[in-house]
Amino acid sequence: MNTKVLIKVKGLQKSFGTLHALNGIDAEIKTGDVTVVIGPSGSGKSTFLRCLNLLEVPTGGRIFFEGTDITDPKVDINQHRQRMGMVFQQFNLFPHMTVLNNMILAPVRLLKKRREEAVETAMELLNRVGLADRKDAYPSQLSGGQKQRIAIVRALCMQPNVMLFDEPTSALDPEMVGEVLDVMRNLAQSGMTMVVVTHEMGFAKEVGSRVIFMDEGKIVEENTPTELFGNPASERLKNFLAKVL
Amino acid sequence: MTEWIETFKIKFTNNFITDNRWKYLWDGLGVTLKVTFFAVLIGILLGFTIAIIRSTHDKTGKLKILDFFCRVYLTVIRGTPVVVQLLIIYFVIFASVNIDKVLVAIIAFGINSGAYVAEIVRSGIMSIDQGQMEAGRSLGFNYVQTMYYIILPQAFKNVLPALANEFIVLLKETSVSGFIALQDLTKGGDIIRGRTYDALMPLLAVALIYLVIVVLLSKGVEMMERRLRSSEH
Repeated sequence: MNTKVLIKVKGLQKSFGTLHALNGIDAEIKTGDVTVVIGPSGSGKSTFLRCLNLLEVPTGGRIFFEGTDITDPKVDINQHRQRMGMVFQQFNLFPHMTVLNNMILAPVRLLKKRREEAVETAMELLNRVGLADRKDAYPSQLSGGQKQRIAIVRALCMQPNVMLFDEPTSALDPEMVGEVLDVMRNLAQSGMTMVVVTHEMGFAKEVGSRVIFMDEGKIVEENTPTELFGNPASERLKNFLAKVL
Repeated sequence: MTEWIETFKIKFTNNFITDNRWKYLWDGLGVTLKVTFFAVLIGILLGFTIAIIRSTHDKTGKLKILDFFCRVYLTVIRGTPVVVQLLIIYFVIFASVNIDKVLVAIIAFGINSGAYVAEIVRSGIMSIDQGQMEAGRSLGFNYVQTMYYIILPQAFKNVLPALANEFIVLLKETSVSGFIALQDLTKGGDIIRGRTYDALMPLLAVALIYLVIVVLLSKGVEMMERRLRSSEH
């Protein structure tokens, strides 16, 4: 088992005005880990995730990605983001482009891949998620579950080293949650390093290699899923689990 | 009745045929279209630049100084009549240079239109969901690339009808070019009136020509809107 540290977070802080969303987060994400972040709403878990690729600029602390301190203003964050895929709650597909063009835009423009090559990769991924026949559809013609599966493979087209998921199933109708989780499960089995903010406790238990429980901008508990769910140490986690399970 | 037709014939001949007077209208129309066309180009260029600067400032708080100058420009241009702007540009700014009046009109109307285009395009950019910018940035595009590939194409599509309307308005506004003695369509009709002492026919002809062009352009906008709606992606 490769245990190289891919992302290292040290004393991460983020405040919006007087609101302290993150109060000193320390965490390590190793290659191949599926880290699931859970916690009540407003606990800062989404903010934590969005700080990892600097969509939110931290107000304190450091984040090392592949050994580079990406919070250093001299670092070209765009270069590093190319290797960090992100999936959003609201999908954020580009509505003016077909599915295929959504997927090949970044590989062609940023990685300077030839179009045919990018299309080939994209079609392979579309086949994997069972949406190859929708390649010429526009996002508005897709269901929520299809949109999110496309959003996942769009990020994968950049061949990232880590995938960040920001509540990927929260905006979906219940009957579509399964198809998205299936894709994520397969991705985890293929060895992708993943950080997942979610309310799907079943997914956390089954797929997660580590679970982080956050509350009030801090990591309260961090453990393997079996330990964290089976043997919660803190009162706050016990309360939380009692409510959601 | 026949008497009325006879007078009409005489008046028509007098106003448009004698001395090839129709040429005032024809040449004037050429000037009007030329001024409108190039002013539109300047307006688009200026408008998009300002819209991008302003929306970037609105969203990120950067470009403070540029944004300040843009706001001054918008306030001044939208706060004063276009005729006054035209007169100032011709009689003050270009007072000591011998410059083609067509060029002056193009510059004046272009600068004027740029202010309105800027606000239309800015509203278009601001209407695009913030998630689009985040999705682009998360893939590794920088701010400018995300604007270019993702935000602007969507914004442009949303504001296309409003932009087209702005340019129809611009076409009509160029009718004040006569203030700097530029012989556009309106001035052409007015010159005929001065020659024949008949106001009704030449001015009616001028009005009719504007109306036909505007109706045609509006039809074009309508068709474009329908096409945009049918490909609602």
